[in-house]
Amino acid sequence: MLNELRPALVLTAALTIITGLAYPLAVTGVAQAVFLQQANGSLIERNGVVVGSALIGQAFTGPGYFQPRPSATTAADPADATKTVAAPYNASNSMGSNLGPTSKALVERVRADVERLKAENPGVPVPVELVTTSASGLDPDLSPAAADFQVPRVAKARGLSEEAVRRLVATTTAPRALGVLGEPTVNVLALNLALDQLALDKAAAGR
Amino acid sequence: MTVNGWIQILLFIALVVAVARPLGGFMTRVFTGGRTPLSPLLDPVERALYRLAGVEADREQHWVSYAVSAMLFSAVSLLLLYAMQRLQAVLPLNPQGMANVPADLAFNTAVSFTTNTNWQNYGGESTMGHLVQMTGLAVQNFLSAAVGIALAVALVRGFARSSARSIGNFWVDLTRCTLHVLVPLCLVYALFLVWQGVPQTLVGAVDATTLEGARQTIALGPVASQEAIKMLGTNGGGFFNANSAHPFENPNALTNLVQMLSIFALGAGLTNLFGRMVGDERQGWAILAAMGVLFVAGVSVAYWAEAQANPAFAALGMDGLAGNMEGKETRFGIAATALFATVTTAASCGAVNAMHDSFMPLGGMIPMVNMMLGEIIIGGVGAGLYGMLLFAIIALFIAGLMVGRTPEYLGKKLEGKEVKMTMLAVLCLPVMMLGWTAVAVVLDTGTASMANAGPHGFSEALYANVSAAANNGSAFAGLSGNTLWYNLTLGIGMLVGRFFVIVPMLAIAGSLAAKTRAPASAGSFPTHDGLFVGLLVGVILIVGGLTFFPALALGPIVEHLAMTAGTLF
Repeated sequence: MLNELRPALVLTAALTIITGLAYPLAVTGVAQAVFLQQANGSLIERNGVVVGSALIGQAFTGPGYFQPRPSATTAADPADATKTVAAPYNASNSMGSNLGPTSKALVERVRADVERLKAENPGVPVPVELVTTSASGLDPDLSPAAADFQVPRVAKARGLSEEAVRRLVATTTAPRALGVLGEPTVNVLALNLALDQLALDKAAAGR
Repeated sequence: MTVNGWIQILLFIALVVAVARPLGGFMTRVFTGGRTPLSPLLDPVERALYRLAGVEADREQHWVSYAVSAMLFSAVSLLLLYAMQRLQAVLPLNPQGMANVPADLAFNTAVSFTTNTNWQNYGGESTMGHLVQMTGLAVQNFLSAAVGIALAVALVRGFARSSARSIGNFWVDLTRCTLHVLVPLCLVYALFLVWQGVPQTLVGAVDATTLEGARQTIALGPVASQEAIKMLGTNGGGFFNANSAHPFENPNALTNLVQMLSIFALGAGLTNLFGRMVGDERQGWAILAAMGVLFVAGVSVAYWAEAQANPAFAALGMDGLAGNMEGKETRFGIAATALFATVTTAASCGAVNAMHDSFMPLGGMIPMVNMMLGEIIIGGVGAGLYGMLLFAIIALFIAGLMVGRTPEYLGKKLEGKEVKMTMLAVLCLPVMMLGWTAVAVVLDTGTASMANAGPHGFSEALYANVSAAANNGSAFAGLSGNTLWYNLTLGIGMLVGRFFVIVPMLAIAGSLAAKTRAPASAGSFPTHDGLFVGLLVGVILIVGGLTFFPALALGPIVEHLAMTAGTLF
């Protein structure tokens, strides 16, 4: 038994150094040298300010921006650290709602959201992505249908034509990976950045 | 369901079949002491490690000694990981200043990672510093996987050898698996993930100012290196709380496909290694075929269930064509999510790219069934193969009873000892899974953790205990597992589920190795054809069905009936 202890201890230590230090540090070194942008979180800067990550969703509430899916992430309550409060798109505490399909809380939440969205864009069926929370609470994307649904509101708030906004959605839409994998997506942050740019261009042209 | 969805599923199955043979050949070379492309580089490292550790590489072990080595190694790993968590506040490489982990949570986590379960009662980005993640948790991702593969290879040697006393050297198997198989594959894989957008940095977090002017703190870290072994070693413990649903762990549909493939790759390769080492590759393909039949059945039900709209939403006047999107990510959609859920629970991975808790009742039942069957559909690296071979022994025993002959497998007579040991290993899982669930649902401390009312709450507790004993680690994550009760009982379930299978399994390996191999005769039952595959699948479903059907009826099945009747909880 004792002479079995030596290999157990030595190999644990040696393999910890190899797989726990050498391996991650080697990956970090190569990654930082070759894939600098991705390795540091695919951050997006505008006018020298980090405005977010291309991969991480962020909250938008104003009518002039496309809004992402509902998010179930929370944060510690500033008033009482033992409790949590809703904090959509908290990128340091990813989580889903974990509500089951027969949950009253889920159905009530969806009902309220559907009614709000129906008032905003009557007569059009509400896409399911717009009333369901994602698994991570940080979903950066909308389905093309969920983006299209918001076009009338955004166009009105921005004073743009629906056609111009719809074109923007179309150019921001990414097809399935390799043509078959996953689903087509519209990155909300990219779309809203393009929207801001469009407004700037229009202002510049009008001046 | 869409044509495109089925194309994704078929593409995935084709890729798994395509990688099984090359990986099987490669691993056979590694475990028979052959040379690999990296041997010139790694052989000196290996020799130095053996010298340092006092291991005589060419001296093989009896099964008892092999088992003692494996248990001792796991015990050292467990204690080390426990200590690191308890002391992380004073250890370096902790940029976010994480506090020491409480005792019960540290116990649960240490057990979880050394048993290849990776059940997580903590949120990664809010509990563990970089040191624990990198040199504690990620190291166990490698080592627990290497232990699993070593044990499976030891059992295969039992079948392959004749009149032998020994079944290999544990320390050599462990070292060669880590150095030749896991580390090189992970290096390439991790860099692929970084290329696709998975972060790899020692920075803890970065602050962004959103377009609407709010502050968003984005957690970062050495994610890619941990992600690679998390999938390849069927560990499943995510860097972030949301696991492979988090865009930093699984940024797009391509990484999603590669992650699913990497869960199955080594397990599928091991079935081919089994065929090669017993001298007939068809034996390996038969085992893989039995796994494939069960897998296709599971993924079909899960995809069908998730593609349905929740009937409770239908009345609200919304477009339900996209299926059940609660707890799912847009970029993956329904097909790639249902496929991932089936893969991760068929293997004992437990990574998730969606919240299984929000699946439809029958969609969420498939992951549970996969785990209840003992994760023998590809299974955990190593664990899946030895689990499946145990079922093969039962199937042949039953076939032997039917025709009144002593059962044999690959020319080895299966006698009282082997069958008793197999039943011991197979029975300990339902005892843990159903026993702890039964206790949890009658105790206030067990039910207080449930996030959903009604049968779904029962499903949460059942899923947790099943996942722990099966060493899976995925969850119906609404259950608040970080309580004294669940930290302890799930920890015990994980230990029993790992070691009460391993020891009987090694006893079988030792006993089989000592037997002579009788040549096949006209009276032998061929174990490489469709009849055997059918018998094996039937036995697995009957054993699993009889044991677990009552529990499933109380959870997902009754919930499905309530849902179609419009009842909410």
